[in-house]
Amino acid sequence: MAAMTPTTRYSDGARDTGEPDAGAPARTPARRPRRPRPGIWRGAVLALTGAYFLVPLVASFVFTVHVPGRGITFEAYTELLSADGFTESLLLSLGLAAATIALSLLLAVPALVAVRIGSPRLRPVVEVMCMLPLVVPPIALVTGITTVLRWGPEHLSRTPLYQTFIAVQNEKFPVVLVLAYTVLALPFVYRSLDAGLRAVDVPTLAEAARSCGASWPYVVLRVLLPNLRASLAGAAFLTLALVLGEFTIASLLGFRPFAVWIVSISGAQARMSVAVSILSLLITWLLLIALSRAGTTPSTAAAAPATTSRKEP
Amino acid sequence: MSSTTDPRAADGTRRRRRGPRTWLATLPLLAFTGLCFGIPLGAMAYGAVTRTDPASGATRVTGEHLARSLQGPYLDSLIGSVQLSALTALVGGVLGVVIAQAVVTSRSAGLRSAALTASGVLANFGGVPLAFAFIATVGISGVVTRLADLTDLGWNLYSFTGLTVVYLYFLIPLMVLVIAPALDGLRPQWREAAQNSGATGRQFWRHVGLPVLAPSLLGGFVLLFGTAFAAHATAAALVGGSVPLVTLKIADALSGNVLTGQENVALALGLDMILIAGLVMAVYLPLQRRSARWLR
Repeated sequence: MAAMTPTTRYSDGARDTGEPDAGAPARTPARRPRRPRPGIWRGAVLALTGAYFLVPLVASFVFTVHVPGRGITFEAYTELLSADGFTESLLLSLGLAAATIALSLLLAVPALVAVRIGSPRLRPVVEVMCMLPLVVPPIALVTGITTVLRWGPEHLSRTPLYQTFIAVQNEKFPVVLVLAYTVLALPFVYRSLDAGLRAVDVPTLAEAARSCGASWPYVVLRVLLPNLRASLAGAAFLTLALVLGEFTIASLLGFRPFAVWIVSISGAQARMSVAVSILSLLITWLLLIALSRAGTTPSTAAAAPATTSRKEP
Repeated sequence: MSSTTDPRAADGTRRRRRGPRTWLATLPLLAFTGLCFGIPLGAMAYGAVTRTDPASGATRVTGEHLARSLQGPYLDSLIGSVQLSALTALVGGVLGVVIAQAVVTSRSAGLRSAALTASGVLANFGGVPLAFAFIATVGISGVVTRLADLTDLGWNLYSFTGLTVVYLYFLIPLMVLVIAPALDGLRPQWREAAQNSGATGRQFWRHVGLPVLAPSLLGGFVLLFGTAFAAHATAAALVGGSVPLVTLKIADALSGNVLTGQENVALALGLDMILIAGLVMAVYLPLQRRSARWLR
């Protein structure tokens, strides 16, 4: 920056102050710098960045298809479907994700709509409740969950609650994971929905619909939800990505959804574990790219969520 | 849908009813977070500061577990986590700013949107898949390791340095996402004003650029720190236990890989983590609010 010549400086200033009238209708008024500098440093930075982020991806793919001494083979991918535990763990993860999405939306949508329409004073309470899980690392939450689960056999074995504790930890469908994932997903669901609601004038819409004689369920289901479609989809995508990639809680509670399965086969089937990693990344990325596309159209609403789902790393 | 006969009456009933009804709709959410979030956390905090005698069943309050969590290998793991998080947050923050500046100042709108989308996607690239991608690339028999003979150069993925390189993979994009709006908010007019008043580029950054960016920079650093600090899956899949990290120590203690009776120390470590993460958030949130002033 220090190397700029006085002449370019002057012409810069002249263009930015003198041109808005002509430039404004064209596109975003000339805001972004405009220096005719070749920007070698920029090229170098971007090239190095690209290399750092691309090499692991390309190398992982090469790793999965190239076996030293045997040449190119796609076995790691073709044998996947028949691999022991692959379908079970994937189905378990998808089922958990569906349940988590349903539960988190069922909890968050009525609460957020209510806060918009009639109870603005509860808003800070709801916000803090939804954002608090961000402060608690998943591993700390899991220590608490194991403690609570241990109460079952220790203190409650003669009460009906004991049966609940057993049912919640069913191997086939561990409800306890759905509960924990819903807690983890709440901040993202909240942000996505809150941004969507902010773009809609909820009280006016609700008043208008009520004046036309609509019942409250009708207002929520047929008037408000269609307006929130993008942010509902955003919340669902983020939750799906979160649940598919979640490892910490599931592995420490002893369940075996997808991420845990990948780790468990990595010892014997290194190539396959990398292949599955690549596939799961591709799927997650496609979801997130679709999400960021959907989010940029109506408002900045759902564009932000993509920044925030990193919870699991 | 019944049509209302008397608009005023309808209005009146609605107004009277609205309060209690909407209030009820928030109950499930509040009850759920209270139960599924509050109880585990409460149990953790309670377990961290109490001790139950197995013989008599009596429970008493003690600082023993917290004290143990701040000694020996546990203290080492806390320090290791803080060091790794601070280092990765610092490096990731600086690199993120440089890259974001390169993207923001480029005139290509395509590059800009591609870079921001890619950052959004890569910032989510954590956990187990990331670890395996790096194992395949620069692990012991990784593709790049063999191509470039990295092992002879003293490279080891399963170490502090290795973890740093892996963590940067999701921390740098996160920083780009956080800092790009702030860099956008640096109005060209300010620079022109500074230049017209005779300031050099260095003076502009010293007296205008950095002070405006400071809250966002610090906020980004803190966010990166918190993210790296809480990360467990990547480290677990990658290094197992060869690098002392508090998340790995907790996992070990919980799964009974160490002496029994360590569960309460795990709870205490969890409490330590929440305290540190809470501190981090307490710094981050006000900073974010402050920086929002400039970002319009």
